[in-house]
Amino acid sequence: MTEQHSQYYVPTQSPWPIVGAFGFFLVAVGAGTLVAQLSQTGEAGWGQMVLMAGLFVLFIMMFGWFKDQIQESRVGLHNQQLGISYRQGMSWFIFSEVMFFGAFFGALFYARMISVPWLGGASNNVMTGEILWPGFEAIWPLTTTPAGNTTQAMGYWGLPLINTLILLTSSVTIHFAHTGLEADKRKQVAWMLGFTILLGSCFLALQVEEYIHAYQDLGLKLDSGVYGNTFFLLTGFHGMHVTLGTLFLIVIFFRILAGHFSADNQFAFQAASWYWHFVDVVWLCLFVFVYIL
Amino acid sequence: MNTITQTAPTHADEHHHGPAKGIKRWIFTTNHKDIGTLYLWFAFIMFLVGGAMAMVIRAELFQPGLQIVEPHFFNQMTTVHGLIMVFGAVMPAFTGLANWMIPMMIGAPDMALPRMNNLSFWILPFAFLILLSSLFVEGGGPAFGWTFYAPLSTTYSGDSTALFVFAVHIMGISSIMGAINVVVTIWNMRAPGMTWMKMPLFVWTWFITAYLLIAVMPVLAGAVTMVLTDKYFGTSFFNAAGGGDPVMFQHIFWFFGHPEVYIMILPAFGIISTIVPTFSRKPLFGYSSMVYATASIAFLSFIVWAHHMFTTGMPVFAELFFMYCTMLISVPTGVKVFNWVATMWRGALSFEVPMMFSIAFIVLFTMGGFSGLMLAITPVDFQYHDTYFVVAHFHYVLVTGAIFSLIAATYYWLPKWTGVMYDIGLAKLHFWCSLISVNVLFFPMHFVGLAGMPRRIPDYSIQFANWNQIISLGGFAFGLSQLIFLALVIKACRKKGDPVPDKVWDGATGLEWEVKSPAPYHTFTTPPEIK
Repeated sequence: MTEQHSQYYVPTQSPWPIVGAFGFFLVAVGAGTLVAQLSQTGEAGWGQMVLMAGLFVLFIMMFGWFKDQIQESRVGLHNQQLGISYRQGMSWFIFSEVMFFGAFFGALFYARMISVPWLGGASNNVMTGEILWPGFEAIWPLTTTPAGNTTQAMGYWGLPLINTLILLTSSVTIHFAHTGLEADKRKQVAWMLGFTILLGSCFLALQVEEYIHAYQDLGLKLDSGVYGNTFFLLTGFHGMHVTLGTLFLIVIFFRILAGHFSADNQFAFQAASWYWHFVDVVWLCLFVFVYIL
Repeated sequence: MNTITQTAPTHADEHHHGPAKGIKRWIFTTNHKDIGTLYLWFAFIMFLVGGAMAMVIRAELFQPGLQIVEPHFFNQMTTVHGLIMVFGAVMPAFTGLANWMIPMMIGAPDMALPRMNNLSFWILPFAFLILLSSLFVEGGGPAFGWTFYAPLSTTYSGDSTALFVFAVHIMGISSIMGAINVVVTIWNMRAPGMTWMKMPLFVWTWFITAYLLIAVMPVLAGAVTMVLTDKYFGTSFFNAAGGGDPVMFQHIFWFFGHPEVYIMILPAFGIISTIVPTFSRKPLFGYSSMVYATASIAFLSFIVWAHHMFTTGMPVFAELFFMYCTMLISVPTGVKVFNWVATMWRGALSFEVPMMFSIAFIVLFTMGGFSGLMLAITPVDFQYHDTYFVVAHFHYVLVTGAIFSLIAATYYWLPKWTGVMYDIGLAKLHFWCSLISVNVLFFPMHFVGLAGMPRRIPDYSIQFANWNQIISLGGFAFGLSQLIFLALVIKACRKKGDPVPDKVWDGATGLEWEVKSPAPYHTFTTPPEIK
């Protein structure tokens, strides 16, 4: 205990945080303006440029920040205490992501178990249905909204099931990448990481396929009532997280090829694999609650 | 295996130096004290900006009828006043105190993740720049109340709503990063021997607060995202025609919003639990019960959210559940109040300025707690809902609660930060002006509220005119009193005053009083010994 505490490590000043804050500023202004402009004129105005610039600044920030970070880690400036701090920070970040998905799962459960049945007259709401939307039938998936929007439900057989298997397999491959790193079998690490990235990309491609199928064949759209809303926002945010996770893994892959990481210096590797397991678990919940039930 | 071609950055010994020169010190800083200072000044500026908006509100309400501002602008003022005070003043001020004090209190050299710390701060000025500039967008800024209920924020809101949504998003990112930093610092950076039950209560309360933040800020992000898609992309989360429900918005919002209330008061409990023992010259009565009470309040805060929604037509069992859970919160809160009183009991009391504000806190916060208890009773709330009684209640807990604790904390630690004693005469003047005016301001709100005056409306019925004039006068006086505070703090920051010893208050305990005054730029390079 005393040994690892003998000297604290405090990093030096860095330009990257303020660059990042400025990037967030551009993203927020750009996205906010873009959305408003789209709704007013149907065309993207200058908001789009600002958003792009913001994303570019954020990319530069991450590149520069991680570069400094990796360099400092490689020359051995990071001590064990900092490693623990990073791991704890990452786990609480993942917890906050869980809560973010929790908000949308909450909306899904509320719609299924409360708002849709109540609109159909359940509980003490008999007259709601009678007066506002007579003839509305409370079923889930909600294929006909009270206002009369119709759509078809997305089944779980086919693409979603294949996607589930793909993500489950990828969780296994990333696990073997990790055991490979622990045993210093670098070939195994590279191969298994490569497989994981490939599976993640396949998942994303199939997800795009599924969206096309939903829009073209099923008429299931973002604005098809609360079923379409929860479907697209849950799978959409999950897809965004898979994209980020895949990018994260690609960076790790190249760092493995460059000879980075070892059994006792592997924070970024671990963080990427935790993140990957997290998107996997979210998908399992999605598969059960959005597709099957 | 591979060679490292880059030269090793010679960072390791740089932290024995003082701060960098000029503006670079502030924008690139990784120093917890610099970042704490930035947070505190930002919060103070936002407090004055949000306060100016409150002055506009009170000026309009000075007389019945519409005279000074348009109703739409009035709505923007109530909305942005709330948003700024919650997200721009109270929360950053507590985060600033956490940054300054937690590493010093637990014997750490700095926060665990110093660069991320800088990022969490610098997002905030940008976020509030967006929020404030949205007031000048065509159609005006957010005008749907700080709670942005659907359909006000979805169907009936202006074009600036998207800017509002993304501003809240980046504020949330800032809060989550700040909270993760606090959690990791407390878990991982305590000096050897600083066991959990030896931690100062300010550290404990912030530890629990940080968990609340990590748990609920993402839910707020979800809520604003759904508002965004409902307004701009045709979803119907909060629209019954598509199978959603406007009440669902309130459930999601208050699942965030109620723990948020405790985010703004738990660190205040920590501050009061630090100051009262110092000036009673006795250890805190019931330390461990304080810790458990804080944890219980945090837990209960997750299962009481619908007490904000008693009038939405929930089933009776839900109303009862939320009523009983809410009333249960008064048990751990009562434990705290009794512990503070018991700490003072037979203590060698002295009434320095931080103690004056702390005692005012205990009395006035308890009053706010009692009016909260009244609001918790469902059938009674049917009458009080959305009246000035509610406004009186939450201003008693937020202004005479959270803000008074922040002022008390400033008077307590300012000499440690600056190395000089502030102008005590001015401080006492500030105390008495604030104490009297704040009660003139908020106490009569109970009366007009019970008589039925609705909140958030720029006009009112003629019979409320007398009390509203008194309220407004109290408001202007309270606003002006804070300028005394501003002058005092500026004076202290310019080192005008008598130098203070390391241990500024003779009854104080804790590691922060073992280091020099003003606290050196880097406090502990090696861990201190904790007995």
